[in-house]
Amino acid sequence: MSLATLLLLADGRLPSGGHAHSGGLEPQISAGRVRDVTGLEGFLHGKLATSGLVAAAFAAATCADVRRCGELDAGMDARTPSPALRKASRAQGRALLRAGRAMWPVSPHTGREPHQPVALGALAAAAGLQPLEAAVAAAHGVTTGTASAGVRLLGLDPYAVHALLARLAPVCDRIAAQAADRCGDAVDDLPAAGAPLLDIGAEHHATWEVRLFAS
Amino acid sequence: MRAEARVVAEADGRGGTRLAVLRGESPLLLRQTGPRSGTATVHLVGGAAGPLRGDELRLDITVGPGAALDMLSVAAQLALPGRAAPASRMTVTASVADGGVLRWMPEPLIAAAGSDHIVETRVTVEAGGTVLWRDDLVCGRHGEDSGDVHTDVIIGYAGTTVYRHELTAGPRAPGWSGAAVLGEGRAVGTIVVAGPGVSATAGVMGADAAVMPLAGPAYLVTAVGADSRRVKDALDPYCSRALVAA
Repeated sequence: MSLATLLLLADGRLPSGGHAHSGGLEPQISAGRVRDVTGLEGFLHGKLATSGLVAAAFAAATCADVRRCGELDAGMDARTPSPALRKASRAQGRALLRAGRAMWPVSPHTGREPHQPVALGALAAAAGLQPLEAAVAAAHGVTTGTASAGVRLLGLDPYAVHALLARLAPVCDRIAAQAADRCGDAVDDLPAAGAPLLDIGAEHHATWEVRLFAS
Repeated sequence: MRAEARVVAEADGRGGTRLAVLRGESPLLLRQTGPRSGTATVHLVGGAAGPLRGDELRLDITVGPGAALDMLSVAAQLALPGRAAPASRMTVTASVADGGVLRWMPEPLIAAAGSDHIVETRVTVEAGGTVLWRDDLVCGRHGEDSGDVHTDVIIGYAGTTVYRHELTAGPRAPGWSGAAVLGEGRAVGTIVVAGPGVSATAGVMGADAAVMPLAGPAYLVTAVGADSRRVKDALDPYCSRALVAA
């Protein structure tokens, strides 16, 4: 494994369009549920335990065996009831693959527009990384992308937000370890933790005419 | 306490449904209610307090070809702490054959403070069958903290999993009362409808409810609210028999 390669895959500057998404934060700010760093912390703990765990598990499972891309992609569909979130996940998957194909030889099993965690797992495999590393990159991406959206949407103190991210780092490690432990499970047995307000918020967000983030 | 209950609904050959099996034991007692023609209706009647920690309950529902069954309950199910023991567990399985229709619409599950309860739901619908599956959850009785509760649902249609969802709430669940999961909401309800040609247009109802077409021939209605009344108001209109009529 190459630590530098993992850092590259998890880097927010990877040109994969991730900065265009708030991870579901924008609608919750609009609904008045997140107003400050404390609200962001509660949001991120819940997001990590739900969609973060699912993303980490599916990235790890794809990385462990890229021939499973098709069934894992269908498994993400079944865990993503919001059509707005399915669309956002596939858009991010496609953008990530585009960047990744320029970097590493990505498996042809991946398809054109997979869910983002499947794309991430396929890239991790192509880069020679292990399932646990794919899971860490997924969990890390869930927190950092959302946190930077919080800085932009609420004008939060970036130092306070990074202090929050430092507190969440061990949580990301724990979630990733849980996810990687289960990476060989049958698709129905993989984590499926849902977050009702993320789903409902995404559907509200999709109806807005003006928004800062795509999702 | 361990208890098992079983319902088997079959077409009676005259356009109605008969219950070939209707068997339960306390606290999972089953009673057939309503008229004996057309759709069969069964109420779940709580025969004891609980579930309490350590309880293992199981309900199996089978709806045969051309049969129609409505499953309801007479009162909310209240998960309680009881003695120090592992989590209480309720397992519900349902299978619906081609041409069968099942509506599962029980009263809410309430996770009282100190309870530790797991609900596992496995629904299998053959191509041509229809299901409406509703689950309402209330996190704590009025003015009290939530117990620990974990729900784990798989709904499959024509051999494909169309809905796979777990929800964990209560003091042991990180971030469950944060703005991603339930926020200030203490009640949440879902309806999944799956069947031949089932479709819906995505839409929102008020701030905290939405209709979501799933990737398969199915849709989900989800509502979060301060209490079960808000969730009931949002979801009840989506339970009508017309929605599942073949």
